[in-house]
Amino acid sequence: MAAGIVSLSFADRAGHAAHVLARNPVSAAAFLFIPALVLLAALAPWIVPYDPNATDLDHVLQGPAAPHWFGTDQVGRDVLSRVLIAARLDLAIAFSAVILSFLAGTFVGGAAAFFGGVTDRVVGRATDVLMTFPLFVVAMAMVAALGNSIQSIVVASAVVNLPFFVRLARSEVSVLRSQQFVEAARAGGNSNLQILFGFMIPNALPTLTVQVSTGLGWAVLNAASLSFIGLGIRPPTAEWGIMVAEGAANILSGFWWLAIFPGAALTLTVLCFNLLGDGLRDVIDVRTRR
Amino acid sequence: MPAEAKVMTRNSEIWRFILRRLLGTIPLLIGVGVFTFVLVRVLPGDPAAYYATGPSVTNEDMAQVRTALGLDRPVIEQLVRYFRDIASGDLGRSLVTGQLVSRDLVERFPASFELTLVAMILALLIAIPLGIVAAIRAGSWIDHIVRLIGTLGVSMPAFVAGILLIFIFYFKLGIAPEPIDRIDPFMLKPPSVTGLMLFDSLIAGNLAAFSSAVGRLLLPALTMAIIVIAPLMRMTRASMIAVLGSDFIRTARAAGMNWWTVYVRYGLRNALLPVLTTIGLVISYQLGANVVVEKVFAWPGVGSYALNSLLATDYAPVQGYVLLMACVYVVINTSIDILYALVDPRIRVQ
Repeated sequence: MAAGIVSLSFADRAGHAAHVLARNPVSAAAFLFIPALVLLAALAPWIVPYDPNATDLDHVLQGPAAPHWFGTDQVGRDVLSRVLIAARLDLAIAFSAVILSFLAGTFVGGAAAFFGGVTDRVVGRATDVLMTFPLFVVAMAMVAALGNSIQSIVVASAVVNLPFFVRLARSEVSVLRSQQFVEAARAGGNSNLQILFGFMIPNALPTLTVQVSTGLGWAVLNAASLSFIGLGIRPPTAEWGIMVAEGAANILSGFWWLAIFPGAALTLTVLCFNLLGDGLRDVIDVRTRR
Repeated sequence: MPAEAKVMTRNSEIWRFILRRLLGTIPLLIGVGVFTFVLVRVLPGDPAAYYATGPSVTNEDMAQVRTALGLDRPVIEQLVRYFRDIASGDLGRSLVTGQLVSRDLVERFPASFELTLVAMILALLIAIPLGIVAAIRAGSWIDHIVRLIGTLGVSMPAFVAGILLIFIFYFKLGIAPEPIDRIDPFMLKPPSVTGLMLFDSLIAGNLAAFSSAVGRLLLPALTMAIIVIAPLMRMTRASMIAVLGSDFIRTARAAGMNWWTVYVRYGLRNALLPVLTTIGLVISYQLGANVVVEKVFAWPGVGSYALNSLLATDYAPVQGYVLLMACVYVVINTSIDILYALVDPRIRVQ
C-alpha cells in the first residue's frame, strides 16, 4: 500500500480528529465556517439581494439597515451583494493560485530532494534567493510585468506561495528517503518516478495539507492587497481589496460601512484558513499532541 | 597558558564563522542581482523609449539610444554592465522625480527604517509578554484567547488594520493626528542628522517636533506591529514551553525562587534565541507590508516611492527598491546569525 507508515481505519482517523477538535473549539469553528463560506460564494449569484453592479442614485451612502443590510456605496450599489459576489472572485483566485503552487512546489521540491545532487542545490539556492525579497514586493513586480488581469494576480499569488511548498516538499521527501518502505518499494522493482509519486508524495500529503490551508489564507491576503494598491483587478469589479480602497476614501466622512464590511469579510476568511491550518496541524502532527 | 590559548581558539572560531557566513551571502547577492536584472527585462515597455520620447523620434534615434544604453549588446554583457553599475552605486534615474534613484532611496530610506524599527519594537513588547503568559498557562482559556488574538492580527490585512486604526483613533476618538506624513506640516522640521525624525528632533532639542513625530508614527507602527505579533508570540510560547519543561527550571522552582527569577531570568533568557531567528524571518513580511502601510498613511518612505513609480510605469526606482529590500534582508539575517553564534557556541561548531 502507498500509505504504508500508518494504517488506521477511516473511523479511527475521524475519531482522532474529533477528539483533537473538541479540545480546540476555535479550530472546530473554522472547520465549519470554511465549507459555509465556499457554499455561500458558490451560490452568491442566486442569493444576492441586489445586482452587485447596479447603481441607484436615489439611495447613495445609506447606512446599514433594512433593506440594505450592509448599506449602500457612493453610487448606491448594495454593499452586501458586492461583498458576497467578491467572495467568489477572491476565493477562486486563492484556490487556483494554491493549486498551482501546490502542484509546482511539490513536484520541484520533491524531485529536488529525491534526486539530490546538483538539482537539489539549484532548487535550494533559487528558493533562498526568492525568499530574500519581501514576497509581496515580488508579487507587485510580477503583476506589473504580466499586466493588470486576474490571471496575473493568480500567477503572482502562486509565486509567493511557491517557496513554502518547495521547502516543505523538499524537507518531507528528504526525511522519507531513508524510510524502510522506500527501500522495500525499490526492491519491489518500482521506478524512481513511481517511488516519488506513488509512495513519497502521498506520505507527505498530510503535512502539505496544512500548508495548503495556510497558503489559501495567504493567497487571499495577497490578492486583496494587490488590488488595494491598484494593481491587477480594476474597479468596478466587486473585490474585497478594491472595495476597502474605495471605502477608505469615504471613511473620514463617517461612511464606515463601505470599508469595514469587505475588510471584515476579508479578515474573517483569512482567519478561518489560518485556524483551519492550525487545527489540521494539531490533528496531523503527533508531536504537538499533549 | 592553556586558558589564554582557549580564548584564542574561541576567538578565531568566531571570526571563522563570521567570515564563512559573510562569504555565504555572496551567491545570494548575485542571485538577487540576476533577479532584478531579469525583472526589468520582463517589465513591459522598451527602456529606450523612455529616453527617446517626443513626436519626432525616428527609428534611427531609437536605435542610437539603444546603442548608447547598451541594449544591443549580448545579454551576458548587459548583465555584467548592470553589476558594474550597481557596484558603483548607479541605479539609474527616476522619471517621476527626475533625480537619481540612489539619491531618492537614500533620502526616503530613513522614514521606512524608523517605521519598521519602531513597529518591530512595539511588536516585541506586545508579543513576548503574551507568549510568556500563554506558555505558563499552556492549554488554559488564556492560552486559547491569546492565540486567537494573535492569529486574528496575522489574518488582518495591513490595510484593513491601518484603516480601522485611523477610523477609531483619528475619526472617532480624535486623539491621533491626521494620518499624513511624519510630522505636522506647519511645524519646522528639525535639521536632518540621522534622518530618523525621533532622533533628529531630540538632537535639535525640539520637544514639540518630537511629540508630533511620535504621534504620527504611532498608528502606522502599530499597524505594522499587529501583523507580526502572532509569529513572534507563537515562537516565544513554544520555546518558553520547552525551556519551562527543562531540569534547571524545575530545580529553580524546587529551590523556592520567586517567579521573576524562574520565568524571566532563567526561563525567558534561554527562550529568546529562537525568537531572535523569528525576527529575521518576519522582518521580510514587514518590509513587504511597508508598501501598503506607507500608502495608507501617506508615509514618505521607500515603499510608497516604489509603488508610485510602479503605477507610473517608471521602473528604475522599482528595480532599485527591490534591490535595496533584498540587501536589507540579507544584512539583517546575516547579523542575526552572527549574533546568534556569539551567544550560542553550539552554532559555531556546525
